[in-house]
Amino acid sequence: MNARLEAPVFDLAIVGAGPAGMAAAVEAAARGLAAVVLDEQPAPGGQIWRNIEASGGRASLGGSYAKGAAHAAAFRAAVADYRPGTLVWHVETADHEPARLWLMQGERVGQLRARRVLIAPGATERPVPVPGWTLPGAMTVGALQTLLKGAEVVPSAPVVLAGNGPLLYLTAVQLAACGARIAAVLWTAPPGAWRGAVPHLPGFLASGTWRAGLGLMRDFRALGIRVVRDVAAIEITGDGRAEAVRYRTAGGASGEIATGLVALHEGVIPATNLARAIGCEHLWDEAQAAFRPRLGPWGQTSVEGVLIAGDGGGIAGADAAPLAGRLAVLGAAHALGRLTLPERDGLAAPLRRDLDRILRGRAFIDRLYPPRLARAALPDAVVVCRCEEVTAGAVRGAVASGAQGPNQIKAFLRCGMGPCQGRFCDPTVTRLIAEARGVPEAEVGQFRLRPPVKPVPLTAFAAAGEEVA
Amino acid sequence: MNTADVIVIGGGIHGCSTALHCRLRGLSVVVVEKDHVARHASGVNAGGVRRLNRHPAEIPLAMASAALWQRIEDLVHDDCGYRQTGQIRVAEGEPGLAAIAARRRLVEGLGYSHEQWIGPEELFELVPAISRHCLGALWTADDGHADPTRTTRAFARQAAALGAEFLTPCRAGMPRRAGGGWQVPTDRGTFSGAQVVNCAGAWGGAVAAALGEPVPIEPIAPMMLVTARMAPFVDPVVASFDRMISFKQSPNGSVVIGGGWRSRAEPDANRAHVEFGELHRLIGTTLDLFPVMRGARIVRSWAGIEGAMPDAIPVIGPSMTAPGVIHAFGFSAHGFQLGPIGGAIVADLVESGATSLPIEPFSIARFAGQAWREAS
Repeated sequence: MNARLEAPVFDLAIVGAGPAGMAAAVEAAARGLAAVVLDEQPAPGGQIWRNIEASGGRASLGGSYAKGAAHAAAFRAAVADYRPGTLVWHVETADHEPARLWLMQGERVGQLRARRVLIAPGATERPVPVPGWTLPGAMTVGALQTLLKGAEVVPSAPVVLAGNGPLLYLTAVQLAACGARIAAVLWTAPPGAWRGAVPHLPGFLASGTWRAGLGLMRDFRALGIRVVRDVAAIEITGDGRAEAVRYRTAGGASGEIATGLVALHEGVIPATNLARAIGCEHLWDEAQAAFRPRLGPWGQTSVEGVLIAGDGGGIAGADAAPLAGRLAVLGAAHALGRLTLPERDGLAAPLRRDLDRILRGRAFIDRLYPPRLARAALPDAVVVCRCEEVTAGAVRGAVASGAQGPNQIKAFLRCGMGPCQGRFCDPTVTRLIAEARGVPEAEVGQFRLRPPVKPVPLTAFAAAGEEVA
Repeated sequence: MNTADVIVIGGGIHGCSTALHCRLRGLSVVVVEKDHVARHASGVNAGGVRRLNRHPAEIPLAMASAALWQRIEDLVHDDCGYRQTGQIRVAEGEPGLAAIAARRRLVEGLGYSHEQWIGPEELFELVPAISRHCLGALWTADDGHADPTRTTRAFARQAAALGAEFLTPCRAGMPRRAGGGWQVPTDRGTFSGAQVVNCAGAWGGAVAAALGEPVPIEPIAPMMLVTARMAPFVDPVVASFDRMISFKQSPNGSVVIGGGWRSRAEPDANRAHVEFGELHRLIGTTLDLFPVMRGARIVRSWAGIEGAMPDAIPVIGPSMTAPGVIHAFGFSAHGFQLGPIGGAIVADLVESGATSLPIEPFSIARFAGQAWREAS
């Protein structure tokens, strides 16, 4: 007998236990859905609330971090089947059949089935490819945060932060609170950005997020850190590792700061790898300068039975994500016949009201903190794809010799075919093709992604052979 | 009205090779490709350049193609990543040994000597990384592998350099008779030509059906796995007589594993899914054959859409119902090596209606029957 048919079937599989996934699990429990939560991390919280339980919402990491503790507690109280340390590396879908989720837990491959799959993958940092960005000692602000929150590692040498956005302020404040020294912040938001943001100010004020934002900026200013404003270009230099960062402002001023640790950040973009490997349709979001999945009002993707909530569906932040997660569950509960239409809509109304209010504030943030280094002209010599060491010049050369889209670039150059599956190069490749062809990024599209979304050891299959059979 | 001597439907290796060989003979050519060159089977296959273990009817063609592979750089001005590493097909047990014995009788009976028996000692010398449970193998020393996308693109590039016109992405409609020749409607207008070549791969059956000669083609989606880069440990391409596997280490160190494991092809939606349900068996075989693979990680998998015929050999030759149309499709997942000669055969047929190679076994007439009469 074919044991494939015996894999357990859940009503709902929630992939990710960050703000959206945790809230979705709580809602699923309230609606009586047989749900399973699969998360790659060892503990709930996602990126923003990483390690929240063990750290008890450390005061040094700020109020928005502390908020996560309550979410995590509610999640623990409600969740029936939570599997931390579980990577979902592929989801097979077919119309009118439960989806099949392929997992890796420890060193074993496993699988389960679910009538609905809610992906809550969160955000990933926008790659900021600048000359020298691949040198040891150059990292993303997110990687630095992971060290702070998880390993509680505080860098001993002075750090240079470069980029813009709320997370850069937050990281500076957190670093300082942990005792790290910050040599300088190279701030890349253009001073004129506020003009584009002003029309969206009423929405921002109504959203209420300004309170936290204002507090954060006050804390940042109080640190008295050296800030170089209107930085238009940077270069990380060093012999085999980062030793200094050079910068140039739009006004023409330039300088060099000695540092062994440069953290780059120009905002976050939806983490779309799993959704794209499944085949969900994505569209270009001009305001956020990123691709995001096309979603219905209940988080529905273009693939039947697959839903997305939280920043993975479009960047809206940790206050919006739980609401989107709960709405997706209400939609799924109705689709599965567990809620009538009026019940669903009644429960959804207050959530949607709150979500809309938060979303109205987002346009202000997006315009105030536009990516700049990540959108600046890229010298030919800069490495775009770290895994296969493909440069910007090579991508341009491939376009010149006929590659029209990212998938042909892949075939020409192996760009995006390394273990990271294009996570670090994808947006840059699309942008370079768009620039070279003189067409919008929306028209260029993205890499077609192939499972597994992260490498899987062959032995993991062998170990699970009996089960998988 | 756009005109050309030859209108080729499909920009895979056979369509691009046809375009090149037609241009080499001075015929004007338009290639109509709905996606981009090498989008499907020609770009996603394992790149095997193999005569070993071919269907007897294909051996003469594979031999002639091998001669073209030897001078591939002269032909397309690119080395196509072609490496003569040899191809090996091992026996892991008694059934495998029996299969080798039968195969040797067949091939030697036909007068060929390209498939050589090697015993365990020679095998372990050629492939030190292979498991010692193997009992021997058939070996074709001057087979090898090439980069499939690069090869197909090289054919397209050289054909274009000689004046072939490539319409990509551009969908072709069904050919229709016009005067003494043919018209092919496309997204970019109607093209007329004296002859039409059907190199549409998995979609080739639709063209044949539209011409009143439907064939039992099945769209298939063979799956492949590829690992992260590893230190070089194997040169030849390795297969087995006992289990479904094809195993190759690329020049960049990644290992490509296939062997005909099929998933679901959706030719209408232009996509194929990878289904891991059965692949643990392929992975088990891999670990059995190459213990070094215990340290390997899968970084990617894919499935490409190919057309398979029930007798596993392609349709090559003139249409039976539509004079001026030539078929070359349904290569059943082993058409890559035949690419260089396939285009030359079609160009022969275009030019003179005949070719010196024995293509009778590939005639579409072998599928003539009830369905044809119903269709016409």
